[in-house]
Amino acid sequence: MTHAKLTGRMAAAMLGTVALGGCITVNAPEEPIVIELNVNIRQEVIYRLAEDAGNTIEENADIF
Amino acid sequence: MGDMMKSITKSVLAATAFATALGGFAAPAFAQRDPAYAAARAAGQVGEKMDGYLGIVVAETPELRRIVNDINIKRRAVYSERAQANNATLEEYALTAGCQAILATAPGEKYQAPDGSWQTRGTSAPLRDPRCP
Repeated sequence: MTHAKLTGRMAAAMLGTVALGGCITVNAPEEPIVIELNVNIRQEVIYRLAEDAGNTIEENADIF
Repeated sequence: MGDMMKSITKSVLAATAFATALGGFAAPAFAQRDPAYAAARAAGQVGEKMDGYLGIVVAETPELRRIVNDINIKRRAVYSERAQANNATLEEYALTAGCQAILATAPGEKYQAPDGSWQTRGTSAPLRDPRCP
């Protein structure tokens, strides 16, 4: 057995030990996880559209 | 296409046909809210969400679901058209309209705060997304 192979096996064995010994218990959070889907929308875009959106709401008062 | 979608499509088509027929007799400058929608809104059963659409605040009933779906399908069509005209995405336009719709709520009406909770509009400014103008 070459030195390199032996080192490799030792490393694998050590990794196995670490994996077994390092178990982490993860508890599910009690609160639902909220993912903000609109997080990528920038404020400048909203400012640009604000006036048009305001008019749209006024002109379509039956559905707002 | 599911049965749900079919019935929604049918009711939208029926509503459109009805509105078109009605338009021949009367064309009000500003159309009013449907009475069932106005009542649900005033009772706090439905509220304005941050994303620009209407949401159900209380325990869901088929009637409330029908009202909300009907309004949201129409809003989506308007948002889509205006977004295109403004070179924006549907989500960008809808979120902006949500900012404005929440601002326009009357005292007593429900709206969704940035943390996702339903709030009752008071006399002071509503709690809105920090990006809102």
